[in-house]
Amino acid sequence: MEPIISFKNFGFKYTVQKEPTLFDINLDIYPGQKVLIAGPSGCGKSTLVSCLNGLAPFSYDGEYTGSLTVGGKEARESDIFTRSKVIGTVLQDSDAQFVGLTVAEDIAFALENDEVPVEDMKRRVDTAAALVDVQGHLAHAPHELSGGQKQRVSLAGVLVDDVDVLLFDEPLANLDPAAGEAAIELIDRIAKEQNKTVIIIEHRLEDVLHCAIDRVVLMDEGRILADTTPEELLCSDLLQKTGIREPLYITALKYAGVTVQPSMHPAHIETLSLSEAEKEKVRAWYEASQEEEAAPPAETLLEVKDLTFRYGNGFEALKDINLRLRKGEMTAIAGRNGAGKSTLCKLICGFEQQQEGRILLKGSDTKTMSIKERAEHVGYVMQNPNQMISKVFIKDEVGLGLVLRGRSQEEVDAAVDEALATCSLSPFVDWPVSALSYGQKKRVTIASILSLRPEVILLDEPTAGQDFRRYTEIMEFLEALNRSGVTVVLITHDMHLMLEYCDRALVFSEGRLLADDSPAAVLSDPALIEKASLKKTSLYALAGLCGIADARAFTDRFIRCDRKERRGQ
Amino acid sequence: MTNIFNYVDRKSPVHAMTGASKLVCLLLWSFGAMSSFDPRFLFALFVLALVLFKISKIRVADIRFMLWFTFVFCILNNLLIFLFSPMHGTEVYGACHEIFHIAGRYTVTQEQLLYHLNVFLKYAATIPIVLLFVTTTDPSEFASSLNRIGVNYKIAYSVALALRYIPDIQREYHDITLSLQARGVEMSKKASLGARLKTASGTLVPLILSSMDRIEVISNAMELRSFGKNKKRTWYRYRKFTAWDFGAMLLGLAVLVLSIVLTAFVNHSRYYNPFV
Repeated sequence: MEPIISFKNFGFKYTVQKEPTLFDINLDIYPGQKVLIAGPSGCGKSTLVSCLNGLAPFSYDGEYTGSLTVGGKEARESDIFTRSKVIGTVLQDSDAQFVGLTVAEDIAFALENDEVPVEDMKRRVDTAAALVDVQGHLAHAPHELSGGQKQRVSLAGVLVDDVDVLLFDEPLANLDPAAGEAAIELIDRIAKEQNKTVIIIEHRLEDVLHCAIDRVVLMDEGRILADTTPEELLCSDLLQKTGIREPLYITALKYAGVTVQPSMHPAHIETLSLSEAEKEKVRAWYEASQEEEAAPPAETLLEVKDLTFRYGNGFEALKDINLRLRKGEMTAIAGRNGAGKSTLCKLICGFEQQQEGRILLKGSDTKTMSIKERAEHVGYVMQNPNQMISKVFIKDEVGLGLVLRGRSQEEVDAAVDEALATCSLSPFVDWPVSALSYGQKKRVTIASILSLRPEVILLDEPTAGQDFRRYTEIMEFLEALNRSGVTVVLITHDMHLMLEYCDRALVFSEGRLLADDSPAAVLSDPALIEKASLKKTSLYALAGLCGIADARAFTDRFIRCDRKERRGQ
Repeated sequence: MTNIFNYVDRKSPVHAMTGASKLVCLLLWSFGAMSSFDPRFLFALFVLALVLFKISKIRVADIRFMLWFTFVFCILNNLLIFLFSPMHGTEVYGACHEIFHIAGRYTVTQEQLLYHLNVFLKYAATIPIVLLFVTTTDPSEFASSLNRIGVNYKIAYSVALALRYIPDIQREYHDITLSLQARGVEMSKKASLGARLKTASGTLVPLILSSMDRIEVISNAMELRSFGKNKKRTWYRYRKFTAWDFGAMLLGLAVLVLSIVLTAFVNHSRYYNPFV
């Protein structure tokens, strides 16, 4: 069989860069295959995607060496439009790529540009919409759809063209756990039913492996490091080397001293088979690790009492919320989009005013406090650092809050130095913000909040859209900050983040607080998981497989062991 | 949050018409109103525009911001005319009926007042119809109608995209100001107008940065789906003209013809002149 995509000694160099981004790529992808391309940020996987769909070199200038054939034709000789009839790309940000004003128009976009007559177009849009199950939403605008639905629309938008290859660029990045699982199942179904070749770029290995994958191509520093089956990859040490997160159950098995082998079918927790001796090892590890004694509750910093909030249009975003945040905690606020997480933060910061209930800061009511006054106690860090930075130089940005409060120059300088040191940014004190990477910019925004010395910082999705390396960088920084005494609250739908870093999870659904418990407890409660659009962890299934009845205790012990390992490194 | 310039989704005969016919009507109507200085005619157009508003089910609350904006602009325009040429009316109408003298070269005349009335009525006759078009035509309908009257589809579509992203950018601006306020920037009415303008400009940097990111993603997404491949494109929302559409275009034509007839045969000038 002829490969549908073939890279031969392929290399690519952007015009604006000195060094090539890709080297010596040799890769054949055959029709009907389902391939995962994984690798840390900067490994060249995004460039590989751009070379495949034609954005490089047609939108991003550059030149390539060697050859790339798509559908048997040399890619050099075809333009981006011809390429898009063979390879359909679903971009990472399904919000930004929603070009049409309604679902139907967005699906029709490619057909409109190909001058397809209107009657024919409508028929093809209906067919594509039915394939991904959005036919009931044809007249809806993007803001009326959930993240998962928007992605389905994007997929329908490339399926109208009957492409041979579907290329997904980080399909899980913006989805909550349940929607992510549904997306992987949908990709699997479409690939089988429509007989498509599928290429998925993603670093969330465990989530992609939810459905079968034929091959995993692992990239690092512009080269292909491995091209193998998921089973082989999981048994090697390549994942740790490249900084890709292995599935939790694999990590747990390693802690228990079990050697993972391809014969165990380790690619999915459902197919994993363990011998009696191996199960015994896991049980022994479980019993050997101890439950930790709960620390006595610290003083309450912030208390929310009977809070209810309705937007102007009457929509009840929060109802009867009661909770306390205690000094020194690291808390996750979880739940799907629209569950009320962000509304709660807005009320705490004073961006909105509640109709009923009270918010107390160290015992005193915040009702009469202005946004500015509250900010001295509770700092709010927005998701996108580009939305927060308004000064050219780092020093000015970090000191802005203090300068505006009329503090003396010495006081401002001292606080800026301290905040920059805390955020490991001291060497950059005189740099312009634009010279920093995304992760560093994120730290600048955190430093600019810290300079006001708030007792609590609230972060909105601090790791959204970040790969594992940056994610780890940001989270370890927050963890260190937390240990230095700052109370940290994170809004997130990332379950790993909750499990790994937080002491406590507040789960919201439809404006109500469903649970206030440890992340391990939350993620071992099937009813709660279902309601809040979360996902059971694979540790739960592993506990079941090994005959450990208390999955929650198993998860708890795993987390503690994992944290020790991480801190030991 | 106020919507500055936005489509209001309601069910009405005006909404149901194609964007192209509304655009043609708008253009003809505007030419007609702009070329005439006959207050009777302009007033009639104003009344007609109000009737159309009633039919379209657009409420004053939907367009309050734009109404205020144009009202202030109109007052300013009139003030400046008087400031720079207080005798403009006299020159135009070739007569001088003084009402009272203010100071120096500033004298209020009947001619000048009539001229100002005309300028005011021009706003009153055209702005409602522009607002009506904007609030009853969604961005993609607008793009397809521009394309239908001969504008290149790439230009038409970029105009529509800009309109479509205005609410997003407004929301983003709102979020950015909130985060700046938390840092201590005073944006409420407590601060002086100058200070508020200065801080508002501070939000421009983050706003531009995040908009640039957005533009790159959108243009990539569009190219990947063949935007710009052919000289023409079809439109999913394309509809054939109905009786209402022909009616709207005829109405626009009637306004223009009437304006020309008034100028050429009734007033023998663009101005209705009761003074000579």
